[in-house]
Amino acid sequence: MTETLSGAAIPNPLDEAAITAAVEDAVAAIAAASSLEELKAVRLAHTGEKSPLSLANREIGGLAKEHKAAAGKLMGSSRGRVNQALASRTEVLEAENDARILVEETVDVTAAPRRRRAGARHPLSTLQDRVSDIFVGMGWEIAEGPEVESEWFNFDALNFKPDHPAREMQDTFFVEPPEAHLLMRTHTSPVQVRSMLEREVPIYVLCPGKVFRTDELDATHTPVFHQFEGLAIDKNLSMADLRGTLEHFARQMFGDEASIRLRPNYFPFTEPSAELDIWHPGAKGGPRWIEWGGCGMVNPNVLRAAGIDPDIYSGFAFGMGIERTLMFRNEVGDMRDMIEGDVRFSEHFGMEI
Amino acid sequence: MRIPLSWLREFAQVPADATAEDVMADLVKVGFEEEEVHRPTDELTGPVVVGQVLSLVKEPQTNGKTINWCQVRVVPEGQEQTLTGKGIDPSGVQGIICGAHNFVEGDKVVVTLPGAVLPGNFQISARKTYGHLSAGMIASVRELGIGDDHDGILVLSSIGLDPEIGADAMELLGLYDQAAEINVTPDRGYAFSIRGVAREYAHATGTTFVDPASKVSAPATLQGGYGVKLNDDAPIYGKPGCDRFVARTVRGVDASRPTPPWMSSRLRLAGVRSISLPVDISNYVMLELGQPNHCYDLDKLAGDIVVRRAVAGEKITTLDDKVRTLDVEDLLITDDSGAIGIAGVMGGAHTEVSDSTTNILVEAAHFDEVSIARSRRRHKLPSEASKRFERGVDWHIANIAAQRVVDLLVELAGGTADEAGTDVGTAPDAVTIELPAEFAAARIGIDFTEEQITTSLVDLGAAVEKTANGYLVTAPSWRNDLETKEDLSEEIARLVGYDNIPSTLPVAPPGRGLSRSQQQKRRVVQALADAGLTEVLSYPFVSKAANDIFGVAAEGAARPALKLANPISEEQGFLRTSILPGLIEVARRNHSRGFRDLALYEAGSVFLPGETLGTDSIPPLGVKPSDEVLDALYDGVPPQPLHIAAVFTGHDSPAAATHTPRAWDWADALDVARLIAGVLGVELVVSQGSHQAFHPGRAAQLALRNGDVVGYAGELHPKLLAAHDMPARSVALEINVEALFEAAADVIVAKHISGFPVATQDVALVVPQDVPADQVLSALREGAGELLEDVALFDVYVGPGIEEGRKSLAFGLRFRADDRTLTADEASEARAAAVAVAAERFGAVQR
Repeated sequence: MTETLSGAAIPNPLDEAAITAAVEDAVAAIAAASSLEELKAVRLAHTGEKSPLSLANREIGGLAKEHKAAAGKLMGSSRGRVNQALASRTEVLEAENDARILVEETVDVTAAPRRRRAGARHPLSTLQDRVSDIFVGMGWEIAEGPEVESEWFNFDALNFKPDHPAREMQDTFFVEPPEAHLLMRTHTSPVQVRSMLEREVPIYVLCPGKVFRTDELDATHTPVFHQFEGLAIDKNLSMADLRGTLEHFARQMFGDEASIRLRPNYFPFTEPSAELDIWHPGAKGGPRWIEWGGCGMVNPNVLRAAGIDPDIYSGFAFGMGIERTLMFRNEVGDMRDMIEGDVRFSEHFGMEI
Repeated sequence: MRIPLSWLREFAQVPADATAEDVMADLVKVGFEEEEVHRPTDELTGPVVVGQVLSLVKEPQTNGKTINWCQVRVVPEGQEQTLTGKGIDPSGVQGIICGAHNFVEGDKVVVTLPGAVLPGNFQISARKTYGHLSAGMIASVRELGIGDDHDGILVLSSIGLDPEIGADAMELLGLYDQAAEINVTPDRGYAFSIRGVAREYAHATGTTFVDPASKVSAPATLQGGYGVKLNDDAPIYGKPGCDRFVARTVRGVDASRPTPPWMSSRLRLAGVRSISLPVDISNYVMLELGQPNHCYDLDKLAGDIVVRRAVAGEKITTLDDKVRTLDVEDLLITDDSGAIGIAGVMGGAHTEVSDSTTNILVEAAHFDEVSIARSRRRHKLPSEASKRFERGVDWHIANIAAQRVVDLLVELAGGTADEAGTDVGTAPDAVTIELPAEFAAARIGIDFTEEQITTSLVDLGAAVEKTANGYLVTAPSWRNDLETKEDLSEEIARLVGYDNIPSTLPVAPPGRGLSRSQQQKRRVVQALADAGLTEVLSYPFVSKAANDIFGVAAEGAARPALKLANPISEEQGFLRTSILPGLIEVARRNHSRGFRDLALYEAGSVFLPGETLGTDSIPPLGVKPSDEVLDALYDGVPPQPLHIAAVFTGHDSPAAATHTPRAWDWADALDVARLIAGVLGVELVVSQGSHQAFHPGRAAQLALRNGDVVGYAGELHPKLLAAHDMPARSVALEINVEALFEAAADVIVAKHISGFPVATQDVALVVPQDVPADQVLSALREGAGELLEDVALFDVYVGPGIEEGRKSLAFGLRFRADDRTLTADEASEARAAAVAVAAERFGAVQR
């Protein structure tokens, strides 16, 4: 006679009480298993070949024919119960195990390394793009020109008389030799002249770029800075069109509450000329007027220099400093921050302004 | 221009309680920007009164100094002291210690009483000193903020004053006045005068204006005065250098008399130093009427005055005691002795008035703007006179101004004016402008009424005549800036008010968006930021040495560079031919500020002069130059291609608990160069490069497929890094992106994508050490034929098992056909063909 694994007597497959006790033993053991390893041992003990129920099942073969059906039914349902208990316990323990592994895999996300560098654009460059996009959206085009320029494009074509004080007020860097009449452009206006010479009227262009003046670097001055200038040449343009264009632009840059003010001023290349102030509702220290740039109706001499008939066409032009715009729009306190190239300045802005 | 309010009030209706700020707020509307407020009472508050020194006891001190213990009466005898406060003696006599010695008993002086505050927040109080209670101070002009003199205290009789004891000394010295400083644009010379600004103030406020010229009664003609000849034999642009010279004589003046305080205080507020009575009068009249003028010591003049151009080598000693060599273009005032003044710029020292001068010749002349501007620039002599002349002075004011000077000399210096006088020259033609009726409205966008147009122009001082088509306008003689109908439109708009201009938005014709190269530039600049680099900007000014090292590959080879005539620093006197020097400087600065792991880039122009540099001359303004001249102007501008450079130091990322950062190396520089080309869709041909700024063994030359070299990438030369205080092993790249823009395909043609499976094969080839891997790869690609989809180098091995002087390169090859699944044999065959070419070309042996 074979023995059960535990050495207990093999229950009689017809003895319902003994079989039920074996099942309950098994179910209790399954429930008590606290890990998949323990459950494996329990499975072996209660459903393995030498488990009481398996051995009892084997006994069926030796039973009288008339008892086989009853024993088979009893054993089938009993083993089914055990298997079901096993399956559900396995599921529970596997779930617990999976969860435990995940818990064990927990990391301190706040100690994450930074593997990828976050790059950054220089805000002057980003702002230049932003301004350009606003005008491109209005159907204007972007025009560019050289930074070292012929004196004619920078001054004479723009109606600066050779001996007029206005010409000196530009604090120009000249390139040697003086006989070559080359200079660092003092404004982006020469690009306007080039645009008028190279394009067909009507012309609506924005000219952003670097300009140069012989100022020493300090908190509010830099010898190298950026401007954007706009130029529109068409039939019947008036100062009202200039105002409308600047107002639209100001609102794109500073919000719907922004408005502008024009004050009389003088520039050789425009007549009438105006100084442009912007009402900056979000200005540091409270809403106020801020001097933003210059503008006016293109002087007929400038049109003539580009071969455009001032009796048929008129135009307006305006120009603002990008550094200045950044200074009051984004509260940059010191010009030097924009040009020293300290990575903290660019990186603070990231890709945005 | 600084405008003392008391002066402005003489000719314009400025409200009694208006401040300098109020006046500036009005003037800004007509186009004068506000600059600054000058107001003595911002720094000085009373009580500051007139006192009389009753007694003065000299008390020698142990420190060697002698001080004066003074009793000073500050309330008239018999009257009560009405002031109260700590330290104010009710008797009306203050005991005051004074260290100065330039006064005696009986002198009237300025006493700052306890409670007063002097400039520099100097609070006056009664305090114990030298054994006395000193209750106040006897002030010097410097302490009052009205002069530099600190040699002694201000004795009022020395400035011609004998006021009542106890009088408000601040009132007496004009210290309650204030000045508005405004910026005058260079077209408006007339506004460098009280006359001009008072008129503008009237425009701005709609009030009345009294012309100061109308208060002077000058004879209509002058005859028999000092001999003056206008002999300009070399006019500039055909305009005579001097077209009017008025000379007046005043005899018997006492030039040593003090300038009255009302005048000196106005001059001071206007920013002009008081010098002597005749000079102060001269300056006063210039400020009031805008006519620069000059006082000569008549007894030092020799013979007739001749206005002429200088002769070569001629010299003059100017008022500032400097000897100046003159240019033949300089316009001079001369007499028999030679030059006695550079016309309109500065007078000569020899004929200058002094305290002993008794007879004065007054000059008020009119000079050509251009001539004066050139002399001023040539001699670097920006004077108050030249500032006005080069912007334009009213021709018609000369005799009036001369009369005003004469009147003041008579009144204040006790002189007698000669009846006779000199007035030579010819008046220029008045400027008349046709203004079509609708022009201003069309240009400004306001429907001006006829009345608005005529009133504005008449207010300016213009004469307006109605014509069939509009108006015929005669510009006022002081407005040399009014020449065209556009100028008049501005004036009308200005007087009606720019605030009345409406707002309309013009619609541009359909645009084309950003140009191709603008898009390309944006893409590249953004791609580098996206790749983790930080964009910075640097100045384009560099040293010659920097250009010689970075701008040209071969050591000692010269690259032409542009030199600035007037750089900010001589050391950085050239324009960059490479971005790297500036970028390395930025990297160094960041490094010194504690930022060690850097990846910086800049996109900017470099300046590469070619054969042609500029043009010998430039065409005139207001006309379109001929095509030929324009072409020359265009061709003369040196090429300035857009470059991008990047510099890397330290590591690619910060160290962290579970992360070991990687040090940037030469391959990163090359990789970023490839990224730049990649985003533009351009293939870079990389080869072993040689550039003096780079490590000789770790530099890649970057070229286009046509062979054009467009840049370099790799490790910077160790010596260079050391010289620039840069970390060792820093790497960099620079590339001419404009060349890449041009090389980029306009249209990229699609490739067929095969859905058939890939067959991969690896091969290891042993080749001599000096064979570039890239060339072996190219050989494999060539040999493998059409079935090859991709080939990549995945390992380089040198060591045991490989013969010395050789290396093993491992490549992965991917084969695929468009129309079928490849068999293993087909793939092997293709691989063998690839290896065969490498073997033939480089003796490559399969491992």
